[in-house]
Amino acid sequence: MSEPILQVRDLVKHFPVKRGVLFRRTIGQVKAVDGVSFDLNKGETLGVVGESGCGKSTLAQVLMRLEPATSGTAMFEGQDIFSLRGAALRKLRRDIQIVLQDPYTSLNPRMTVGDIVGEPFEIHPEVAPKGDRQAKVRELLDVVGLSPEHANRYPHQFSGGQRQRIGIARALALRPKVIICDEPVSALDVSIQAQVMNLLAELRREFSLSYVFIAHDLSVVRHLSDRVGVMYLGRMVEMGTEQQIYEHPTHPYTQALLSSVPVPDPSLRGQREIIRLTGDVPSPVSPPSGCRFRTRCWKARDLCATETPPLVDPGTSPVEGATWPGGDEGAAHPSACHFPEEKPKVVA
Amino acid sequence: MSTEGQSAESPNPSPLEDPAAPAVVQQGSEPLLAVSGLHVEFRTQEGVARVLNGVRYHVDAGETLAVLGESGSGKSVTANTVMGILEMPPAAITAGEIRFRGEDLLTASASRRREVRGEGIAMIFQDALSALNPVFTVGFQIEEQLRKRRGMSRKDARKRAIELLDLVRIPNAKGRVRQFPHEFSGGMRQRAMIAMSLALDPEVLIADEPTTALDVTVQAQIMDLLAEIQRERNMGMILITHDLGVVAEVADRIAVMYAGRIVEEADVHSIYRKPGHPYTRALMDSMPRLDQRGQELNTIKGLPPSLTAIPEGCPFHPRCPLAIDLCREKDPELLTIAEGRVSACHRSDELMRDE
Ligand SMILES: Nc1ncnc2c1ncn2[C@@H]1O[C@H](COP(=O)(O)OP(=O)(O)OP(=O)(O)O)[C@@H](O)[C@H]1O
Ligand SMILES: Nc1ncnc2c1ncn2[C@@H]1O[C@H](COP(=O)(O)OP(=O)(O)O)[C@@H](O)[C@H]1O
Ligand code: SF4
Ligand code: SF4
Ligand SMILES: [Mg+2]
Ligand SMILES: [Mg+2]
Repeated sequence: MSEPILQVRDLVKHFPVKRGVLFRRTIGQVKAVDGVSFDLNKGETLGVVGESGCGKSTLAQVLMRLEPATSGTAMFEGQDIFSLRGAALRKLRRDIQIVLQDPYTSLNPRMTVGDIVGEPFEIHPEVAPKGDRQAKVRELLDVVGLSPEHANRYPHQFSGGQRQRIGIARALALRPKVIICDEPVSALDVSIQAQVMNLLAELRREFSLSYVFIAHDLSVVRHLSDRVGVMYLGRMVEMGTEQQIYEHPTHPYTQALLSSVPVPDPSLRGQREIIRLTGDVPSPVSPPSGCRFRTRCWKARDLCATETPPLVDPGTSPVEGATWPGGDEGAAHPSACHFPEEKPKVVA
Repeated sequence: MSTEGQSAESPNPSPLEDPAAPAVVQQGSEPLLAVSGLHVEFRTQEGVARVLNGVRYHVDAGETLAVLGESGSGKSVTANTVMGILEMPPAAITAGEIRFRGEDLLTASASRRREVRGEGIAMIFQDALSALNPVFTVGFQIEEQLRKRRGMSRKDARKRAIELLDLVRIPNAKGRVRQFPHEFSGGMRQRAMIAMSLALDPEVLIADEPTTALDVTVQAQIMDLLAEIQRERNMGMILITHDLGVVAEVADRIAVMYAGRIVEEADVHSIYRKPGHPYTRALMDSMPRLDQRGQELNTIKGLPPSLTAIPEGCPFHPRCPLAIDLCREKDPELLTIAEGRVSACHRSDELMRDE
């Protein structure tokens, strides 16, 4: 479609696991993100889905430079995010913003809404001279559908959906190019969730933003995303357009995930084939060798324990005998499985 | 005692033609558990919050009633009142009946209520971690009930606890029984809580958002497990949730709550085919769907009302696209709109007519 604004390559984030009170020793590493690569194109929304603990928030934190990366690179408009210092870093902090899941804890309860939304201007006074700030804040509140009169109230006087709007107004303050949304609607009820999702879609159009949209709700992600990446235990296991992932998934994990989503149509009860995964997600401290999904995969073979399947396009499979989905162009997209294939009708 | 409800014009359910559609109104026999006219207030600093305003529902043996509603609509307060675990004060029950096998629990003695809790009606909660005691092993918490309530010996109770953990498919139950809740994963804790709630063989199980905190793949496992156990034991189940997908997969009947009242109740098939209340319809329309890359989602404008100042007339009127003058003046009664279906809306007739 267009050129990438953000290019992430082999990103790794490990957290040390420490034991002992007096002599704290590192006894292992939580491999929260373990080799993730993707491109985010200008004006695009890249959805990231996966189950709890698979590394979605860690990915967001590292890209925001809230946590240092263990290794790997992330290029924003051609510059390596992780090596920026001084003025260039300040500029980056304007260009990439984050919206967080929990509207209850991500806002300072002792600040008024006006102060919260206007705080980025204190840190980046070049964006709005002092005299202009009040007007800017009112404008931002208006953009996200809050009344400018609300500027003098405190966060606790707002509902969850309104608080999420405050968080979005704040993220927009510095006119960013990229917004990383980490579960922005997960804490909201359906009716309010729909309001905030529409708002995000509208703002993207209006301000030509690019989103990395992280969520565990697959329906929400489909609704907003152009492309989608599926994460499992710190790795991206499948990546494609919204159409490819939802209509033609080829990775067993994606297929299981999609088939587990309950369908709001009682007439389909008992008629869908639902792939039931057994067991829990393994610990990210000692993930399985080879394919990380193999302990829950119904297709696993010996090869899966010894060879790590790369996230590659069909045709470049290094493994002989692997059957790539052919023909249907919808199916041709990267899938980190030795034996990728489409399953008929995963989504009812 | 309830003015609402279908008592006046009780429909005559025809013999079941559609085997998938359960009987909506039990005739003759008393339902296993029936709540009616339940009013609960919370007396807080900001005033009196009218949290429940005449809730009514019932559940029969072997049946799953889903209670659907957004947060704050009163789903959990109703459940806690049924269980007798409502904190009073600040809460006060100002009217209503809760009949279990015909006996009104609200007028029953404290000891009788304790007896019913666990053996008659048991409950599982959304947040297993806070429902389980962190300082005791999972096994101990199950065994304690069996020893106290069933007079079992330590040895027998341990044996039964392992059986129960096995039943909810906790791998290596023998070893796990000695572990503490924090050593379990989220899905396993939920299973442990289910095991605990089944210890005294309840006839009704109330599951308050049992899978809301879980991932979809784990949610699917837990819902399967609950459905299977319910079927095997012919339990009545009240499933509290805000997830329209989960409801469609497991419920026989659905009661929709808004601002502390039931605004619609129907069997699962007819309500999804055609909602009989504007709020139900709006909820269904505002949900993003897995099979759609939608355009703009329909939304419900505004917010649910503050329960200290519920609007006059129909509580949904400030947000309702169909509101007329009458809606601002008169609170609609919960009336029969079709065989086995009730709705509290002045315009439900039109809603049911139009396509
Ligand atoms: N500061 C930290 N120290 C140690 N481990 C951490 C830290 N932050 C995250 N982790 C671990 O890294 C893994 C990935 O966590 P992360 O929060 O990124 O998951 P997530 O995909 O966002 O999950 P959720 O859907 O629950 O938000 C988890 O195993 C988590 O426990
Ligand atoms: N202990 C309490 N004190 C005051 N208000 C309460 C208390 N518990 C619940 N409420 C209020 O009762 C209403 C219904 O709550 P609840 O039944 O928990 O809703 P839900 O439908 O989400 O389960 C809410 O407005 C809630 O704030
Ligand atoms: S590589 Fe093997 S274990 Fe992994 S998803 Fe594919 S078939 Fe399953
Ligand atoms: S009674 Fe009126 S306001 Fe209430 S739901 Fe019906 S149409 Fe809407
Ligand atoms: Mg997270
Ligand atoms: Mg609740």
